[in-house]
Amino acid sequence: MNTFSSARLMAVIRKEMRDYRRKRSIVVTMLILPFMFLIEPVVAIFVVPASSGVSDPRNYVILPVLYLLLIPSIMPSTLAAFTVVGEREQGTLEPLLTTPISQQEFIAGKGAAVLIPTMALTYGVYGLFLLAVEVFAKSVVSSAIFGQGSLLVALILMAPLLASWSIAVGMAVSVRATEIRVAQQLGALASIPPVLLILILAVGVIHPTLAVALIFSIILLGVDVRAIRIVAKMMNRERLVTGSKPSR
Amino acid sequence: MVHGALQLVHTGIKGSERSTAPGGFLLTIERGTAVHPPSASSTFEAGVKGEPALVVRHLTKRFGDRTAYADVSFEVAHGEVFGFLGPNGAGKTTTVRTLGTLIAPSSGTAIVAGIPLSVENGVEIRQRIGIMPENPGLYDRLSVTENLEYFAALYGFRDAHVRINDALDAVNLADRAQDLCGGLSKGLRQRVGLARTLMSDPQIMFLDEPTSGLDPVAALEVHTLINSLRAKGVTIFLTTHRLDEAEKLCDRVAILNTKLRTVGRPADLRAQLFHNTLRVRTRTPLANPGAFFATLASINEWHSNEPGTYELEVADVQSAAPDIVRGLVGEGADVISVGESAHSLEDVYLALIDDDGNGTAS
Ligand SMILES: Nc1ncnc2c1ncn2[C@@H]1O[C@H](COP(=O)(O)OP(=O)(O)OP(=O)(O)O)[C@@H](O)[C@H]1O
Ligand SMILES: [Mg+2]
Repeated sequence: MNTFSSARLMAVIRKEMRDYRRKRSIVVTMLILPFMFLIEPVVAIFVVPASSGVSDPRNYVILPVLYLLLIPSIMPSTLAAFTVVGEREQGTLEPLLTTPISQQEFIAGKGAAVLIPTMALTYGVYGLFLLAVEVFAKSVVSSAIFGQGSLLVALILMAPLLASWSIAVGMAVSVRATEIRVAQQLGALASIPPVLLILILAVGVIHPTLAVALIFSIILLGVDVRAIRIVAKMMNRERLVTGSKPSR
Repeated sequence: MVHGALQLVHTGIKGSERSTAPGGFLLTIERGTAVHPPSASSTFEAGVKGEPALVVRHLTKRFGDRTAYADVSFEVAHGEVFGFLGPNGAGKTTTVRTLGTLIAPSSGTAIVAGIPLSVENGVEIRQRIGIMPENPGLYDRLSVTENLEYFAALYGFRDAHVRINDALDAVNLADRAQDLCGGLSKGLRQRVGLARTLMSDPQIMFLDEPTSGLDPVAALEVHTLINSLRAKGVTIFLTTHRLDEAEKLCDRVAILNTKLRTVGRPADLRAQLFHNTLRVRTRTPLANPGAFFATLASINEWHSNEPGTYELEVADVQSAAPDIVRGLVGEGADVISVGESAHSLEDVYLALIDDDGNGTAS
């Protein structure tokens, strides 16, 4: 019988964090990516409204703010795509799997180790952005943002859900991939559906009311649960070790 | 009393620790009496002492249409050092992975450390065994200690630091504990992998080529380590390409070439395949060896490649040797040495693998 051990889960998370911190390319990517996605919103919110007259500020701010959801959608896929194939390539997966760790602990630990830094950075960047809006943006713009509860709910609630989606897809790719590079490129495809979703919301096909934000979040949650289940099924020890489906 | 120097010769096995290996065959002749080698035969027969550590029954693993190993059956007793030999691609690593619950067999059953091999029993089996894979697989950006800490946490050890220090001492790595693994040489990495396996204090330890890439001194240290584990009662499943190592360390060996070719004590395997031969050297060649050897009933056949050196084929070395020495002395010959010209495990291995056609499994 499998008994989920939170001690083993924590061991995986702790080790992953230690490992990332020492890999400069990961640290740099993780730090630079969020700020790249800040450029568009910053220009839109702070620069454009100053020069041109904006007809309806409430509609105008939606796209730049939702654009911030790209951060949790795109940032974790590279890391997630690395999780399994990275260990397989290093040869560390096999010894790891010889320990009493269960598949569930392995997935949860690996996933959490990507989700935690992603969310810390995402919310950190959101905080900075909203602080800057409060302090520097024109009052019509800042009240348009802070006055739309649905927009902020979407921003905060959907971030971890989109991140979970990207992580699940990235890990699924990682299980199957035989090369890190391929895994990371395929993993990036995970962000296409979230980008489309954000576009649909932003161009106003569906107007982001609070109800819409909540419904989308619930649907996303359902999709995430399914995706995680599928990944969990894929995480068969044999497949992890050999990279191919167990054949009988 | 025998006159002339009587030398203790053992031509089959080279190595300094041979006398400690129960599987090794040591013929000691002193003052004309043969001292029998310590009989290890019954103590290590699988199944004699309670439940075996490993029971493997008709195990087969296929990858698509490639068969990694087929219909493999054997047992390993508790405390036994079991050698698993075979050419490249024979299926040794795949067998270790199967018994270690990493991959599922295509058919057949096994009991590992008392637990039936199945996916559901995986965690419990892995708690009781330790596997050192072919490739030690270390996290290069973590130090030696950090690598071990991770595994100690996965096993849930409370006394992690004591275990880590003991394991590092056992493989002589205490002074490299803080080094990043990325900077270690191949042999040092191998030793970290070994320390990691030791740390979990398993009932059964699977070592997949533990001495590959080690220098002779380091390899000898691993041999000493294996012997000390044996003394502690740990069951060891040792995969190796070094037949001298297997002969020196293992109570029994199995030779695999996709199918299991044989299982047994090295000495028994030699005896099964080859006639027993005694090699006798005298200071001066015998005047009429043919006539003399014909008088000794224990000699079946003889030949001599150089004057003064005789290869005598006998049924049983133990009883024939003293007879022959007495005979030679009575004949007035100055015996320089009498020894068993034993065939090595290598001879057994080559004979069996050659039967299969070529050296590599398909
Ligand atoms: N994941 C896999 N997918 C397909 N074939 C495999 C896989 N793993 C092993 N094999 C095949 O199974 C056979 C046995 O391989 P295995 O690694 O067990 O041999 P081995 O005895 O350990 O060899 P070596 O002495 O070289 O280490 C080989 O033919 C190998 O190609
Ligand atoms: Mg192998």
